[in-house]
Amino acid sequence: MAINWQAFWLTLQLAVIVSAALFVIGLPIAYWVAFSRARWKFLVEAVVALPIVLPPTVLGFYVLVALGPRSPLGRWWIALSGHTLAFTFWGLVIGSILYSLPFAVQPFASSFAAVDGKLIAASSMLGASSLRTFFRVIAPLSVPGLITGAALSFAHTMGEFGVVLMVGGNIPGVTRTVSIDIYDRVQASDYPGANATALLLLIICFALLAIVYGTNRKAWAVKPVE
Amino acid sequence: MSDTRRIISAETLLTCRPSTPGVPTTGAPDNARENPRLAARFRKRLGDFILDVDFQATPGFTILFGPSGAGKTTLLDCVAGLVTLGEGRIQVGERVLCDTAARIDVPAEKRRVGYVFQTLALFPHLTIEQNVAYGIAKLPRAERSGRVAAILRGLRIEPLAPRSARDISGGESQRVALARTLVTDPGVLLLDEPLSALDAPTKSKIIDDLRNWNNTHRIPILYVTHSREEVFALGERVIVLDGGRIVAQGTPHEVMTAPLQETVAELAGFENIFGVTVEATHPEQGCMTCRIPARPDGNEAVFLETPLVRAEIGSTLRVGIRAGDILLATFLPRGLSARNVLPGRVVSIEQRDVIVVARVSCGLANSGEGTAGASVKMEAHLTLAARDSLQLEPGRQVWLVIKTHSCHLMRD
Repeated sequence: MAINWQAFWLTLQLAVIVSAALFVIGLPIAYWVAFSRARWKFLVEAVVALPIVLPPTVLGFYVLVALGPRSPLGRWWIALSGHTLAFTFWGLVIGSILYSLPFAVQPFASSFAAVDGKLIAASSMLGASSLRTFFRVIAPLSVPGLITGAALSFAHTMGEFGVVLMVGGNIPGVTRTVSIDIYDRVQASDYPGANATALLLLIICFALLAIVYGTNRKAWAVKPVE
Repeated sequence: MSDTRRIISAETLLTCRPSTPGVPTTGAPDNARENPRLAARFRKRLGDFILDVDFQATPGFTILFGPSGAGKTTLLDCVAGLVTLGEGRIQVGERVLCDTAARIDVPAEKRRVGYVFQTLALFPHLTIEQNVAYGIAKLPRAERSGRVAAILRGLRIEPLAPRSARDISGGESQRVALARTLVTDPGVLLLDEPLSALDAPTKSKIIDDLRNWNNTHRIPILYVTHSREEVFALGERVIVLDGGRIVAQGTPHEVMTAPLQETVAELAGFENIFGVTVEATHPEQGCMTCRIPARPDGNEAVFLETPLVRAEIGSTLRVGIRAGDILLATFLPRGLSARNVLPGRVVSIEQRDVIVVARVSCGLANSGEGTAGASVKMEAHLTLAARDSLQLEPGRQVWLVIKTHSCHLMRD
């Protein structure tokens, strides 16, 4: 009936790696989404947002296919490492990154877009390159959005079920995450055990969201000075 | 803000301005050779709006003047490189910033153009010192802090250095925004109504600081404003922009006191503008008689004596009269040099700040009991004291007194 700490630890590792990866991958994508004037930008936005509406099984299925030995990507990985990515921890990481992408990119992009264009123009007029403008002006003024994106992708990965099951299966210590552990316990009629784990997950997710909404309060909401 | 306030503060500004030694004179050719001038000729389309300009700005202040939507800010954005040109060429001295034919387009951050926005756009997450140092980050630390300190001292805002950009007043923000741009030693300076939010004394102090800076840094400064007093207080040259085109340019005196275009006239403060027909010319007296129709059918009219211009009898012109140039009398004045004495009736009296705006309907219909409806409305400005001593109120019979040379003729 005790909490499955192994599953819990695994989930935590997954969530940390995925949200860190999404921070790195998400920033340039969000920058592009916020500032690009490309006509086909809407297509990229739609692709990024897909995981929000797509059933996790659909996404999981395609990730599984992509990682498997029949896809070029899967073959390349097998040639490189000797084994398939499917049903491994790193396969799980890839699936989770795709699944949580919009939860990082959208808060990032909307906070970048909310930065007063005049501040960005002022930075250019003072001789700053786009990169310097990003790190000295856009990113510091987007801190609430950055925290929101990181926290949401972390929490979303913590609680993910469908994609994990499709891509990783249910291998203890490798791919059995907390949400799958809960499902297992319910299947085995271990309701007290399921309850303890579920409650812990609930508390963690609540705390994260409290941080998100807390940081979006006025103290952080920085407006341009006139 | 009311027109009256503008006029008042114009005078304040002009009188507040000390005679700074070495204030640059209009387009001194020697200076121009030493110091690069800005030459721009370009077109830029934004939806239905087309900005199409060709101008030069010598070192010193060039005022960009015009109504909202005339394209003033777009013009600055083009010079700054914040928007791409449709076609054309912009250069500072020999340095080409943009030439669509040669496919040259120097990015904004490499143009060495200083730009102070109307909203100032101070970085809210940085201190004043960090804001001012932002544009000179590549300099060695010691030199950087030296230059920041010097410019803060020059603009008398040293004590602000450690404070956050969020915690300073409007006037202080204007100085910080100027300091942040001036410290980068730009080749051209663009100022988009940087002083619009300030009261007249603060404004004139900052203008003096800017002038002093400009005496040692002889670069072209494009200064956008729609305030008439700033044109006179600052301008060595003024470019009047309307509907995306340059409609007049020259010294403020040339452009603002002898307008040819009606837009210029409205901007130059002609509250009264009428379409007139030349009725008779008197070349020997240097004047002519013009007719302002008081009714659409032209049956009743008000006649004005105006200066003589080259115009055929029967041709149409426009005449502009400043409200401040019209005198009001409560009885028919005699023995005046002014040639136009028009009977009228006060329609409304409105106080704007310390000026009283009287709207008077004049014409034959108002000389006696007369018929209603046939009239020409004129606006006259007078002081509070004048209103009180004349006991002016709506309905009161008055006479408008207008000198011939207060009637400014324009092309129709």
